Amino acid sequence: MRHDHVLTAKQFSRADIEAVLDRAADFDRPTGDTRHTDSLLGLLFFEPSTRTKMSFEAAIKRLGGDVLDMGSVDSSSVTKGESLADTVRVIEGYADALVLRHPQQGAAKMASEFVDVPVINAGDGAGHHPTQTLLDLYSIRENAGLDDLTIGIMGDLKYGRTVHSLAQALTNFDATQHFVSPESLALPPEVRYDLDEAGAAVEEHTELAGVLPELDVLYVTRIQRERFPDENEYRAVASAYGIDRSMLEDAKDDLSVMHPLPRVDEIDPAIDDTDHATYFDQAHNGVPVRMALLDSLL
Amino acid sequence: MTQDHELRVGKIRNGTVIDHVTGGQALTVLAILDIDGSGGEEISVGMNVPSDRLGRKDIVKVEGRELSQEEVDVLSLVAPDATINIVREYEVIEKHRVERPEEVVGVLTCPNANCITTAREPVDSRFSVLEDGVRCDYCGTLIREEFADHIGVE
Repeated sequence: MRHDHVLTAKQFSRADIEAVLDRAADFDRPTGDTRHTDSLLGLLFFEPSTRTKMSFEAAIKRLGGDVLDMGSVDSSSVTKGESLADTVRVIEGYADALVLRHPQQGAAKMASEFVDVPVINAGDGAGHHPTQTLLDLYSIRENAGLDDLTIGIMGDLKYGRTVHSLAQALTNFDATQHFVSPESLALPPEVRYDLDEAGAAVEEHTELAGVLPELDVLYVTRIQRERFPDENEYRAVASAYGIDRSMLEDAKDDLSVMHPLPRVDEIDPAIDDTDHATYFDQAHNGVPVRMALLDSLL
Repeated sequence: MTQDHELRVGKIRNGTVIDHVTGGQALTVLAILDIDGSGGEEISVGMNVPSDRLGRKDIVKVEGRELSQEEVDVLSLVAPDATINIVREYEVIEKHRVERPEEVVGVLTCPNANCITTAREPVDSRFSVLEDGVRCDYCGTLIREEFADHIGVE
């Protein structure tokens, strides 16, 4: 893959995805190959992050490079009122590529219009998270394959940026996507529009039970407490979209349960030591996948 | 026949006649042009008059104003069959149909309050024009109706 910027999963073709995943498989074993010793990766995280930020940091360091971390928003010039456009133009002079997480949708796209170095979208509000999608696809390919795939995606589908990117990327493959959520958190119209445009096989549900036995993969996301004005309403919804071991008795033996993490209550920890649990391997896959991505961009 | 109906709403001396507006959309056209009468503009409006081409159509005549291309671009979204007639000294000196542009830049405000184009950043709004609406190039938000409600980017 050779793109100047990584902004949405819509830009990925099947060949792009497979090239990154194949390369990631090479990086999945320690190679000692530090081919990017002169590379500096600018980390601009305007929202909290653990996995994404640390896995990008690990990835560039394993490639021999290093990071320049803007640090927290509170300790940056953002507190002085500096625009994002100005911030990225400044950091462009220090780093070879920028990894941007920002609370506003379209932030990475706008940033890409102000700089000449690659911009990687590490999450833009409720918009997209394309590099998470690459590691999700890597994990799905390892566990279930990417064709003739039946996947359930459950939780906050409205604001879940990992869901939006994954759904778009899966249109490149022979996948049936079952979306499970409360009606108030169903897929936003723009994502559904893209899926329909791509001719994707999509079904939407409000309950998991009916579709669970068909699934090869169940991708669970956190229902975000902060989206609900009423705590009781949140609790009612959150408890209805979690899974426990007893529910998985109706699932295929090789069902893979995924989650972009962090989880709260939506996956019972009792599932962790079953063969269904994929989420920690999924998180670990962030490093080789991001190594492969950076290797193609730098 | 068409000429009779145009006469019914009065000739203008200098300005723009927007003809073949989709029936019932004249008030939306006025909203797009940011005309509500409070500015003292001289406007003639014919609504749902017979039309050979459209069955029913609206006509809007604006005295003393020629439309900008940006205004025509947005107007094309609600009145795709409209014709724009530029009038000077009672003569139509230019006449053309609106064309749907591929994109509309700097005219519509994205309805998504969390879109980067609504923040204090040096970026214009930009919408790609679809068959049945427009889509924000930054956040992907779709607008399929009520275009006039989203006009107002500086």
